[in-house]
Amino acid sequence: MITTQPRQIASAYDVVIVGAGPAGLAAALGAREQGAESVLIVDREREAGGILLQCIHSGFGLQYFKEEVTGPEYAERSLEAAIEHDVDILTDAFVMDLTEDRRLVLMSPEHGVVIVRAGAVVLAMGARERTRGAIQIPGTRPAGVLTAGLAQKMVNLHGYLPGRRAVILGSGDIGLIMARRLTLEGVEVAGVFEIMPYANGLGRNIVQCLQDYDIPLHLSTTVIDIHGHDRVERVTVAPVDEELTPDASRAWDIPCDTLLLSVGLIPENELSRTLGVRMDPLTNGPMVTSAMETSVPGVFAAGNVVHINDLADWVSEEALIAGRSAARRVTGNPHPADNIRVIPGENVGAVVPQSVSSDRPHRISFRVNRPILEDAVIKLGDVRRRRVRALAPAEMATINIAPRLLESFHGDALRLDAFAAAEEG
Amino acid sequence: MRYDVAIIGGGVVGCAIARALSRYELEVILIEREREVGFGTSKANSGIIHAGAHAKPTELKGPLEWAGNQAWGPLHEELGFGFKRVGELIVAVEEEQLDTLEKLRQQGVDRGVPGLELWDGEQVRAEEPNVSEDIIAALWAPTAGVVNPYEATLLLAESAARNGVTITTDRTVTALSSDDEGTWRIDTEEGVAYHSRFVINAAGLHSDEVAALAGVGDFTIKPRKGEEYLLDKRLSGIVSRIIFPCPTPTTKGILVIPTVDGTIMVGPTAEDLDDKTDTSTSEAGAEQIFRSVQRLVPGISRKDVIAEFAGLRSISSTNDFIIGPTAARGFINAAGIQSPGLTASPAIAEQIVGFLDDEGLKLRERDDYEPTLPHPARFAQQPLDEQIRLAAADPRFAHLVCRCEHVTEAEVVEAIHRGAHTLDGVKFRARCGMGRCQGGFCTWRVIELLARELDLDVTEVTKCGGDSWIALEREDVADPTEVASVREEVPT
Repeated sequence: MITTQPRQIASAYDVVIVGAGPAGLAAALGAREQGAESVLIVDREREAGGILLQCIHSGFGLQYFKEEVTGPEYAERSLEAAIEHDVDILTDAFVMDLTEDRRLVLMSPEHGVVIVRAGAVVLAMGARERTRGAIQIPGTRPAGVLTAGLAQKMVNLHGYLPGRRAVILGSGDIGLIMARRLTLEGVEVAGVFEIMPYANGLGRNIVQCLQDYDIPLHLSTTVIDIHGHDRVERVTVAPVDEELTPDASRAWDIPCDTLLLSVGLIPENELSRTLGVRMDPLTNGPMVTSAMETSVPGVFAAGNVVHINDLADWVSEEALIAGRSAARRVTGNPHPADNIRVIPGENVGAVVPQSVSSDRPHRISFRVNRPILEDAVIKLGDVRRRRVRALAPAEMATINIAPRLLESFHGDALRLDAFAAAEEG
Repeated sequence: MRYDVAIIGGGVVGCAIARALSRYELEVILIEREREVGFGTSKANSGIIHAGAHAKPTELKGPLEWAGNQAWGPLHEELGFGFKRVGELIVAVEEEQLDTLEKLRQQGVDRGVPGLELWDGEQVRAEEPNVSEDIIAALWAPTAGVVNPYEATLLLAESAARNGVTITTDRTVTALSSDDEGTWRIDTEEGVAYHSRFVINAAGLHSDEVAALAGVGDFTIKPRKGEEYLLDKRLSGIVSRIIFPCPTPTTKGILVIPTVDGTIMVGPTAEDLDDKTDTSTSEAGAEQIFRSVQRLVPGISRKDVIAEFAGLRSISSTNDFIIGPTAARGFINAAGIQSPGLTASPAIAEQIVGFLDDEGLKLRERDDYEPTLPHPARFAQQPLDEQIRLAAADPRFAHLVCRCEHVTEAEVVEAIHRGAHTLDGVKFRARCGMGRCQGGFCTWRVIELLARELDLDVTEVTKCGGDSWIALEREDVADPTEVASVREEVPT
């Protein structure tokens, strides 16, 4: 892997980016292409690339690089592009503080604690995994209960295995990927258990990671107890009813030494909250304009820190916009302010960005709350309607909007709805 | 060799006794069954230093609670564990509870507890704006505090060890016998035997079994489970004092606790059990706790839980502390230490020293006794100029390990050098893994630091000793081609 540790940290940069995952690397590229002269990325891991580095499976890049690559390859390409554009990348470093006037306090073993001023900042901290505590699984607290991502790091980056027989709770993509990985490594995977009546990961992962390996997926079933003193010895699982309440009378025990959790991601917004940016309770991320600017002027955000994406490609594309906008700000050439709000309506969980401007094209990302199995309609106010094959909560959906569509629109808000074509009328 | 005193049990009581005895020129050993001290009840409780008014004067608990309370300030100064005298409000929501508040106030006044005041509902809400409108009055007790109980236990043991006490862990006592000369022989499951003139039974949940080994098993201990739930730092400051409901004759109730580190904790439940190993949490426990605390502080919800745990109180058959010499010469109990045991522990230790003195143990103070410990440097709590100075002096201070609690490599290494052997040991000393990501980010970094500093293989690092391994070598897992495809099927 290529790394570029700057020999010294300048006291000021045009753009400082927090996080060197797909969002941070693409934001850096966007910022340089748009004319920012000095760009610094700060990352807390030893190597740039973010979570992509431990995603050694393929399936990345079809959209962004027009070619299917593995996670580390995706990271490497993104990193090479940043390096070619003379971006400073400081790893093993941490942003301790960020103020409204864009003063950052950084710490790094090589440089100590330093203060850096930024013309613009891009927040690209990504997401963290939900833990056992957050979902409150009853039972004892032995070793062997860990998030799927931590297990992935252990196996793919460090070469160790988390146990001999695993149960996976949650059908998020990392859990599905890990079901396959562990099976390939010789760990027995007793099954994947999902409390919802539908899977939470991408359809292709259900097929390629579970069905191809004969790993059972139990829908509407969850773990209701963990047993074992020092190490997990078994878990109790039970089916749930429509209110998601487990039926203990139909519970059964599964012997295992490991319980992996793949129960969702939470945008990593400590820094955003300290800064006081306005948050969207629907995404758990900052509210952003179509320029990916937060409520604090000069502070932009992109990727999983804003909303949980299902593909790295989406993240990179969104981050290019954030980086370009950051550069436009420091070069005195910003986009006009947004003039139309976008509001989630029928069966739409959250939208990003939360506002758009009528002067240029936009792509609005969203997720549905409930699956629409066939012939779905996406409706954006009265200006745009699109029919799609199906919509699922696990898969992020998008709708593009061109300026000409807004020419005759004189309102100040557009509502985004999603429903089955059959229900229309 | 023959020790003067052997302490069985390295909870807060055993460690406080060890530390109190380390002032004297004595040979003292503390024998603990877990991998590190404080890994039993002492790590899993509410961490409350009670105000001194709760326990009845007719019980042993009463005077020891108040004496213990006063000892925590000086101990905190000397050892440096987290401790804050935040005070407590015991609140009433019904007219008939006012009598109980007044009775508690009088009990405290009689004992000499200063500062007790009865507040009306308006005054309570003026001081704590987020408490319920239903609260009509409260007893304000400024002497109450919160402490990190695991940290206090670890540092008491460390202080004892620095002053010459031998601390031995991973040793389970299986037999006790005494010879004609009054020497006790202590056998352990691990095959090591110790000899000592006095034996102090501070074995917590197992103190009835240890007393029976000594032939004085005239009491039993039953576990009473308490579940606790830690909430996201988003709620820090929702209360700044400990909020108690009005107590009933059997329990002090379910509390809202502003911990030393700013996290809000709610609990405990009180469930009588037979199984001394059952530290599981339950859906019923969570429901009970949140239903109860929402009546006191409506802004608290289950959505904010970041972690939960349960601990077991040692409830003796006398429902009081059992402290003192027994019919077996040289065998002294410090048993049945339920609430307010943590509060009372420094006073219990002094009482044990007194009993040893009475029994003829010669107590000569050491010239070289050092009561203070170096206080761990908390990087995150330093002002910026101090952080810059620390990082310049030692780059490990500029290397982040735990992102939630902002713990640096220097602090983790210090925790390991001062006795942490396990992930939990590092967590209890340096806070790594206690934040909202619950170790998702730092676990592997801490494993690597433990392996590096203790010269272990990664596979030898455990969560809390025993069989709590974390990682396996690939070679130690079945060959993938040989794995039988025995999958779990839904039973029909």
